[in-house]
This record gives sequence, C-alpha cells and structure tokens, in this order.
Amino acid sequence: MRKFAQLIEKLDSTNKTNQKVAALAEYFADANEKDKLWTMAILSHRRPPRPVNTTLLRVYAAELAEIPLWLFEESYHIVGDLAESIALVVPNDTHHSEKTLSTILEELVLLKPKSDLEKKEYVQQMWLQLDYYSRFVFTKLLTGSFRIGISQKLMTKALSQVTSVPQDELAYRLMGDWNPAKTTFEELVFGRNEQAYVSKPYPFYLAYALECELEELGNVSDWVAEHKWDGIRGQVIARKGEIFIWSRGEELVTDKYPEIADLVNFLPPGTVIDGEILAFIDGEIALFNDLQTRIGRKNVSKSILQKVPVIFKAYDLLEYNGEDIRALSYLERRALLEALIQKTNHPALHISEQMQFSSWAEVAAERALSREKRSEGLMLKRKSASYQVGRKKGDWWKWKTDPLTIDAVLTYAMRGHGRRTNLFTDYTFGLWQKNESGENELVTFAKAYSGLTDAEFAKVDSIIKKTTLDRFGPVRSVTPTLVFELAFEGIAFSNRHKSGVAVRFPRILRWRQDKSIEEANTLDDLKALIPK
Amino acid sequence: MKQSDLLIFNSKGIYCPKAQVYIDPWRPVNNAIITHGHSDHARFGHKKYLTHHSNIPIIRHRLGEINVQGIGWNEPILINGVKFSLHPAGHIIGSSQVRVEYKGEVWVFTGDYKTEDDGVCTPYELIKCHTMITECTFGLPAFKWKPQATVFEEINAWWKSNKEEGKTSILFGYTLGKAQRILKHLDPSIGKIYTHGAVENMTSVLRPQLEMPKTHLISKETEGKEIRGNMVVAPTSAHGSPWMRKMVPFETGTCSGWMAFRGARSRRATDKGFVLSDHCDWQGLLQSIKASEATRVICTHGYTDIFSKYLREIGYDASIENTDYEGEKEDSSATENSQLA
Repeated sequence: MRKFAQLIEKLDSTNKTNQKVAALAEYFADANEKDKLWTMAILSHRRPPRPVNTTLLRVYAAELAEIPLWLFEESYHIVGDLAESIALVVPNDTHHSEKTLSTILEELVLLKPKSDLEKKEYVQQMWLQLDYYSRFVFTKLLTGSFRIGISQKLMTKALSQVTSVPQDELAYRLMGDWNPAKTTFEELVFGRNEQAYVSKPYPFYLAYALECELEELGNVSDWVAEHKWDGIRGQVIARKGEIFIWSRGEELVTDKYPEIADLVNFLPPGTVIDGEILAFIDGEIALFNDLQTRIGRKNVSKSILQKVPVIFKAYDLLEYNGEDIRALSYLERRALLEALIQKTNHPALHISEQMQFSSWAEVAAERALSREKRSEGLMLKRKSASYQVGRKKGDWWKWKTDPLTIDAVLTYAMRGHGRRTNLFTDYTFGLWQKNESGENELVTFAKAYSGLTDAEFAKVDSIIKKTTLDRFGPVRSVTPTLVFELAFEGIAFSNRHKSGVAVRFPRILRWRQDKSIEEANTLDDLKALIPK
Repeated sequence: MKQSDLLIFNSKGIYCPKAQVYIDPWRPVNNAIITHGHSDHARFGHKKYLTHHSNIPIIRHRLGEINVQGIGWNEPILINGVKFSLHPAGHIIGSSQVRVEYKGEVWVFTGDYKTEDDGVCTPYELIKCHTMITECTFGLPAFKWKPQATVFEEINAWWKSNKEEGKTSILFGYTLGKAQRILKHLDPSIGKIYTHGAVENMTSVLRPQLEMPKTHLISKETEGKEIRGNMVVAPTSAHGSPWMRKMVPFETGTCSGWMAFRGARSRRATDKGFVLSDHCDWQGLLQSIKASEATRVICTHGYTDIFSKYLREIGYDASIENTDYEGEKEDSSATENSQLA
C-alpha cells in the first residue's frame, strides 16, 4: 500500500507530464503483477463498488478522533475533501500495515456485504495501521472518488515504456469490460483471449476545439462537416451474435437502451459503429435534458420507453466484417457505413448527415443553424483521415456554437474543493423576477464554479466573507452585490428547477464589476433564449 | 464583555481600562504593550511601547525610532495598581504572553504562541489564569503537527536529493521567525545557504542574540551557477517573482501550517509543502487551555466560531472577540511585501 500511496503522492505533487509518466513507469517496473493490475484498474476508473457509505465513514472517523460529529463535519467543510479530512483527524499510526494494494482491494470487495459492525472494525483498524498518506489514499479508495489528473493517455504511455507494447495497442487492450479480480496483468497486456475480445470497444477518437481561423485548415474541399449531436457518445458492437453498447466513459450500457440493443438481429457480426445516443421524440432529435431521464435508470419501464425513445446516430464505422478498418480514410469508412445503414434499415439506427461545402463561409453559416437543429455545433473532419486513438489535433476539430450568456447576481456561495479549499468559489446565481406582490426578487437559476482567475476568486471570496447574511454548513447566503456574466451551452424549460429553466454547462464568463445588481437580467430574459 | 472586565476589546485594541494600557493595539494609542514583532501585532504610531528586551531590535528595525522600554520575562511592573508581566510564548524570538493581575484576578493574553520548543526562541511557558485570551489560527482537529525534528529531516533530505539532481532548493517562509527557524535547522554539511535580501536583513538583526549558520546574500552580482544545488531561503512574497529566474533549475518548498492541506499546497503552486508552523495545533491549543486552569476563554483570531463552540461544549465559558490579528496567513501577504521595501 505504501508504494502505491507514494506513487499517488508523487503524481499529486507535480503537474509536469514527464515527471508523472516517469513516476508511473518507475512504479510499474517495480510493483508486483497484482498491484500493477489494480493500479491500472484504479487509474482507469475501474474501482470496486463502494463498500461503506460515506455517512458511516464520517461517524467512524469522528469516533476514532474522539471529536463530536459536528466538529468533524466543520473540519470537512474547510478541508474540502472527505478522505483528506479523515486522514487528518484520525490519530497517527502505531504500527504499520504491510498489506499490499491488491490485498486491500480484495478485502474491500469482500467487505461490501458484511455487517456495519464488521465494516467499522475493519476500516478503523486500517486507518490506525496506515501512515498519513496511505490513510488518505486508502480512504479515497473507500469513497470511490479518485481524481488525480492521470489520463488514460499518461498511463498507457508509462506502461508502454515498461512493457514495450505500443501505446495504441495498450489503449485498446485496456478498453472495455475487464475486471482486475478475474484477469492477470500478463493476460491483459500480452494475452490473446478471444472471449475477452468479443465485447471490447476501440478507443474513441476525440477532437480538440478549433483553435485557428477556418481558412488555416486549408482547402475546404478536403473537409466534410457534421453536426455535433448533444447526447452520449457511444460504440455499438455486434460480434458473434451478441451486441454491446459502450458509452465514452467506458460504461457498458447495453441494457439501458433496448431500442438500440435490438440491432443484434440486424447488424452483421463483426460490426463496430461509433455514434451518439440521442433522445428522439415525435420524429425529432430531443434535448439532452430528455435523454437525462434515461441515463440514471436501471430499470427501463415501458412508459419511459414510450415517452423518451432513443436512437443511435452513426458517425463512423470502425470494424467491418470482423476487420479493424480504422486505418482506412474517412471517406472509405463512410461509404461502407452508409451502405451498411441502408441495408440494415432499422428505426433506431440513423446516420449523421455528412455535409460538403464549397466555401468556409458556408460552413460558418451552417454552424449558425446548430441551435435550431439541436446540435452543439459542427465537427470538421478531414476526408483522408484515419480513425485515431484518443484526443488528437490535426484531422478532426470540434467547432461549437458560441455560448449563450446572461448577467446574473451572486446569491449563495460555498467553499470550494481541492485546490480551492478554504475559499468560497462555488456560487449560486439568481435572476430578477416580480413576485406576487409586484416586488422584484432574485430567483436561483444556476450554479457555477469555474471561469475566474485565482486573483478574482480571492477578491470575491473576501467580499463574500464581508457580506455574509447567514450560514448553512459550508454554504453562506450573502447580501447581493456582485454581478457576473454567465455562459451556458443549452437551455430548456424544466419542472425540476425552481426557476422553471435548466441550463447546460453554466460557467462564469467574467465578473461584471461595471454593473449594479439592478442591471442584471431577469428570468424572462433567460426564458426568451429558449429555442421555440 | 463586561465593562468591569480587566481587559476589554475596543476599536483600537485589547485595553486595560484600570491601567489605561493597550496590548497589541491596531490603532495608534499612548501606551502599548507589544507581544511580538509581526506586523499585525507591532504597529506603527504608538507614543510609548513596552516589550521584551529581545523584541526591541526587531521592532526598531521595522518601525524605526520609537519610544520603547524593554523588560525581561517574569519581571512584573505595576501600572495604576495593575500588575503586568511578560512570559515566553514560544512563537518567534522575543514573543511574549502578557499576564495581567488585579486584586487576585489573573488574565493572560497569549499573543501568537506554540508549545513545541523550536530551538530558536525561549520555549512557551505555561501560566495559570482565570481568563485566557487565546489565538486559534489552527483551531481545527485537522491540524496536527509532526515533531519539528521529523520535518527538518524531510527538509534536509529534500535539499540533498535536489542537489543530487543538480537543482537548487528554494524554501519559502515568513521573513521574521520562520526564516530563522529554518536557517537554524538546515544541515550546512549539504551545501551553502543563500538568502533573499529581506531574509538576510532580518537575520542580521537577530544574529547578535542567535547563533545561526553562515548565509550568503543573493545580490545582483551573484551568479546563477554558484547558487546551483544550494539552498535559498526567501520570503513567501518572492514566490513566482522574476527574482527566482537566476535559480533555474530549482525546486520550491513552502514551510507553513497551511501546507497540511493539499488544496493550499496546489494553490501556492509550490513543489513541496512542509507542515511547519509557529502556532499551536489543535491539541496544543486544547492542552494549554486545560493546563492554564482558566474557566473563561476568549478566542481572537483563526477558526474562532468552531473552536469556541467546541470549548463551550466541553464546559468552558468561551466567546469570540474580533481583532485585526491575522495569525499565519494562507497566502503571501501584502504586509510581507511591504517589509521588503
């Protein structure tokens, strides 16, 4: 455990990519097979399910620290991270546990079904037997939230250095449905287990946001454009009479979308399609909001299937007749895809329209229609491009629509997390609306916690501390004085929100120090932005 | 606060109405007792200053020609029948607690303090009292200091390994107090110790009363390659300034109690955080309060609301008074910058 904790500490204490890769490579070169496998699982978000709920963890920690629960909670609000708070308050180790990472994780898998009493005993004993950083990492494994800025890319890079297996191949091997409790490092990295390959998706090719003028991309005739649909990116895999639907987050979601899974009887075996899962209501692409009602559901009821049906909008073909065709050009793959979809002729399988333009101005004009067509903007793809691995520049670009904006008033603030611990950086914003007695009041409509510089956060933080009206745990209500311009991507009516409106990806565009709160927008202004 | 209290808090500072004396006032007054030299406690503009002998060179250096009288530890002086005496606070060199006694009633203002002997200043002395006015900068159970010997082992090991990689080590800490504590415990057998001008100035003020290893001031003429692999001690405010360019390639470290939090560490963009504070940790605060046998506790700065709530829960008559004291600041402060001028 100590070695893994030291690795995490190293990764956490540098933001230099080379140092991170070096630390990972050093660890992989030295760790035992099982620990390596579990490390790969953890860093690619394949953690065992949370064995103890966090409410209980707080109680166990407060008890061990001999402090009242409220005092633990207050400390947590200030520290900003549960695992870190626990590691800090629990008394320091008396004797060190020599358990390996894999032993501990295997124990956590077994812990889940046990009684609360057994859980408490195990967790408290472990806390007492670990040094501070190991305790922190152990608790992170318990709470299941591990964000340490290690991308899949960095991990495969380091692993490639140690194993000499090429990065792209490793990325492919590490995709999909593997379980560290049921495979070995050898088999995962070097093995050829046909069964495991049946469900395996390809690494997604991802685009960066366009960072230059369109003209700099060269000749418009070398490019095609597609709308960037606002759903869940996914892969549909039909192999050996089975079908698998993967989301981009590498979650197997086959059971959630039976409409698409129905393709099992229609697609020829050895087919892999890249595309987007979209809500499709009354013959039209619906909003991400609608799709959201499907995402969280484990049981897909008849009524929800009728209310919010989904389709798969195909972008690309990656495997054809059992052959990996990613090296073909986009146009060649596209021709095969079009023919396949036509032949399949299934109501849940649509093709994403491909557009060719004779000038860049026409491309820009099409982008302006994105909101009307319910897309997020355009994808620009080079005709000759192969299907690559991960986020790459050059052949694919995303060119999203400019965000919608509105001026809103800060009404509540909460302490931030991670590096913003101890500063009020998570804000709630309101817009003006007349209440029943005709007075203007602020109605909450969005939360945002990014978009300001550290210096601005520090200033806003000090104003919040001075204008605090009331405290509710980590949240403070403030006398409204601050106006911010917020940007967001999508907007829709919603009855789950007090304001009656839901916005997507709200973030702070800038601090409008030039505006008084009276000059902020009204809720009606916001509603006017909703596409009819 | 009751008007009959021995010490009250008004708009200028902590005030003893019977003696007409202020302690660490933040507005100009006639008579000021000063606990220590940090700028939120020792301010400019008072007519008369009373402080411990060893603090005089510090506040003279910072405030210029002031009218100051020095006394020793445990040397009571009577002002209008009120007995005042200074006792070591263990915070930085020359730092005192103020004991105030009138007709058998004893109050103590701790100023800033820590209970661990840092090998630099006179160690904290426990004083029994009825009412204790205490700081609680780190008054949360999340703060738990390691013994300083362990921290300095880490620091020296870090320096050594940076040197092996051909890198210069830059350590940031407060100019007054922390910097000298660092200097005192660095291992000069590893390499040479360089200083930023602000640190060098303050350190030279303190050298007559403190034995410290030899330091080399980094001036305009100092060449980058002679510093390479060595140690540089600098004020927090120098972090990220062009002054650091000469030291490339370097690793940075910050010594502060706040380094206990990962968030604070990454916010400072420091490569390495060493948890080293001149204030009490949670247990240090609780143990001092308990040992003082005080029944009433007034919290002045830090996590006052949380700390006093806890004290009330375990049976103390605890309250909060607002002051202008800042304790150990989380970010490099304007006051530190102005000290450089």
